[in-house]
Amino acid sequence: MRVRVLVRLKPGILDVQGAAVKRALIGLGFAELAELRVGKVIEVELAAATPAAARARVEEMCRQLLANPVLEDYTIEMADDLAPRGASR
Amino acid sequence: MRFGVVVFPGTWSDCDFHYVISEVLHQPVKYVWHRERQLDDLDCVILPGGFSYGDYLRAGAVAGRSPVVEALRDFVAKGGVVLGSCNGFQILCEAGLLPGALMRNECLQYRCQSTHLVVESVETPFTRGLRPGQVLAMPISHGEGKYHADAETLAGLKARNQIVFRYAEADGRVTKAANPNGSLENIAGVANPEGTVLGLMPHPERAAEAAMGGADGLLLFHSLLGSLVEDGSFLKR
Repeated sequence: MRVRVLVRLKPGILDVQGAAVKRALIGLGFAELAELRVGKVIEVELAAATPAAARARVEEMCRQLLANPVLEDYTIEMADDLAPRGASR
Repeated sequence: MRFGVVVFPGTWSDCDFHYVISEVLHQPVKYVWHRERQLDDLDCVILPGGFSYGDYLRAGAVAGRSPVVEALRDFVAKGGVVLGSCNGFQILCEAGLLPGALMRNECLQYRCQSTHLVVESVETPFTRGLRPGQVLAMPISHGEGKYHADAETLAGLKARNQIVFRYAEADGRVTKAANPNGSLENIAGVANPEGTVLGLMPHPERAAEAAMGGADGLLLFHSLLGSLVEDGSFLKR
C-alpha cells in the first residue's frame, strides 16, 4: 500500500528556507507572491491488510521518527488520494 | 572518571574529544560504537559533533533513535552524566532527553566562528565550578543551531534553571548581535532538570589548549572532575 506523508513546519514557526525561496521568486518577477513555506514529502510503501491499518502504522512512524513534534505537523494521504490531480509531468 | 565518546557514522569531533580527555585531562576514555547498549563501565558519555547518519531527515533524528541513545535513558536514570555538543545536542533533543529542538540557522549560513557564552546555571556537574555570569570563549560550527522551544517549555526551562549558556558579548551582555544563529533568547545550551544531561551547540573540545586559541572548554571538564570531590573545588585549587 502506498502512503504519502507531508511534513510541514508548524504555523507560527519562522521558515527561513521558505523566506529565501520567496525572495528569489519575487526577484524573478512573481510580485504577487504573498506566502511560501517549504515542507517535506515522504512516500511510504508498506504491507497492510486495510487502508486504515496502513494509516495507523504510518501515523506511528510519524510519531516515532518522521516528524519532530516540537517543530512540525504532518498529514497522511492514502493511495486513493495519490492519483494525479492535474499535476504537471 | 571513566569517559565514553560515542561514534556514529558521520561523527567528526570524536577524535578531538578523545584527545582532550586522554592527553589533556589524563582520564580513562574509550570510543563507544553507536550500536552499543552496555554503558555500565562509564561515568560520563559524550555525544560529539558531526553529521550522524548524514543528518538525513533532520539533524540528529536517526541517531536519536539509535541503540546507544536508547541505552542512555537507563544510564541517565542510574546517575550517569551526559554531554552533547553540536550534533550531540541535536541528538539529545531529538531523543527527548533534552527539551526543545534545533533548527536551520536564521541567517541560513553555516556559521564557523568563535563565540562568547555567559554561564547562567551552575547547577550542573559541568558548571558547578563556575560562577553565574562568567564568560567563556568557545567556537561554534553548525548550520542548524537555532534553539527553539514553545512558550510553555521555555517557562519550564527558566523555572527549573535549565538554561545553562547564552550567546553573549565578551563582557557578558546578552545582545541580538551576539546571537550567531537566531536561537530563542540567545540560548546556547540547556540541561535536563537534574542537570546531569547537558547539551550545547559550541565545541568545548575545540577550546581545550592554549595552542587552539583558548582553553575555556576545559573548564567544563574541570568542573565535572572537581565536582566529584567537592563543590567548586576546581576554582579554589
